[in-house]
Amino acid sequence: MAEKDPYQTLGLKRGASEAEIRSAYRKLARKHHPDLNPGDKQAEERFKEVSAANDLLSDPEKRARFDRGEIDASGQERPERNFYRGFAEGREGARYRPGARPQGGFAADFSEEDFGDVFADLFGRTAQGRSGPNVRMRGRDQHYRMTVDLLDAIRGATRALTLPDGRSLDVRIPVGIENGQVMRLKGQGSPGLNGGPAGDALIEIQIAPHPFFRREGDDIHVEVPVTVAEAVLGGKITVPTPSGNVSVTVPKRSDTGAQLRLRGKGVPAHAGRPAGDQYVTLKVVLGEVDQDLERFLRDWAPRRATNPRRAMTGEA
Amino acid sequence: MITIEALCRSVVGLDRSAVERWIENAWIQAEGTPGRYLFREIDVARVRLIHELRTELAVGDEVLPMVLSLLDQLYETRRRYSLLCVALNQALPEETKLKVLSALEGLRSARSVAAGHRSPPSTEDYAE
Repeated sequence: MAEKDPYQTLGLKRGASEAEIRSAYRKLARKHHPDLNPGDKQAEERFKEVSAANDLLSDPEKRARFDRGEIDASGQERPERNFYRGFAEGREGARYRPGARPQGGFAADFSEEDFGDVFADLFGRTAQGRSGPNVRMRGRDQHYRMTVDLLDAIRGATRALTLPDGRSLDVRIPVGIENGQVMRLKGQGSPGLNGGPAGDALIEIQIAPHPFFRREGDDIHVEVPVTVAEAVLGGKITVPTPSGNVSVTVPKRSDTGAQLRLRGKGVPAHAGRPAGDQYVTLKVVLGEVDQDLERFLRDWAPRRATNPRRAMTGEA
Repeated sequence: MITIEALCRSVVGLDRSAVERWIENAWIQAEGTPGRYLFREIDVARVRLIHELRTELAVGDEVLPMVLSLLDQLYETRRRYSLLCVALNQALPEETKLKVLSALEGLRSARSVAAGHRSPPSTEDYAE
């Protein structure tokens, strides 16, 4: 059983003296004795290990044989024993109740009536049971989940949450709330008992994705389509932001993937953090092609022909 | 129940006069009369504990009564506690048990806040 090295179990070096062994064992046995640790289930196992190690090392003959490698750390099985705690915790434990020592060394069967007072105290009742139970208890916290739109999460909003019991709760969503964040609404959980305070409502926020806005931290990303003419010639276009449309200048000869930064147009400043930015990524779209464009392109020969797939195909 | 002879045979290194002294000190409650003591299982376990405390754990006779008194108080408290749990378990409706658990949880977190632990960062207070 006790396969562990007994020196290690007692925290000793191999050359430890008898006095060191005794002292180490006592220290550990006092700490782990099961009857001194009634609430600790592992104490018994640890105590057995320590005892087995001590049995081996405190016997000079066994210790010498172990040191020479003739025996191993096992074979130190102690007979099963019933520890005191097994009895003391049960009904018969009242035999050694403090202050209940009968004269003459004989313990009569104890009565459990005395316990009644303790329990009555616990529930704020008099021992006579005059009044009903009037212990004040705080109500339970209730957990809810609420899905909010990305724009509400960015700008903040007040939304109604309908509870399973039919009550409706106005939830004030703060600016910049993040996915998975939990909001605590004080006193909106289960009612307290006997005038105790109500519990809280804990609302976990889930943010629904938006059709075109994407959030990264406090920044907002949006992909905006532009026409060939807008991309080549540049000009003012209108783009959406969480706080409304704004006018943006597209530089001449912008390509798909070009990024414009709208400073301060991301998540508004909140909780001591400055406002984020909005990043607008351009995407050139052809749209409906008319004959003029088609004719123009047929006649058009670029001065320097380029192959945009060159890196992929290896062609010239 | 076993006699004092059987008791001393079953515990290595235990001598009869010591056990008789412990009975006089009221550390052990034996039944029967002096010279013809009888011991219940719990008494045997307690004799073994006292013997172990004195010999292996080197608890001196001056300190031993204090140790035993503290142990007796500890076990008394644990018996009451477990009896209380059984009583509550039998007497309370499920809903009330949950309320008790929630109240305990509340007290525990109130204490840990008072002790300087922070609540999880994802939880913020929004009083309406």
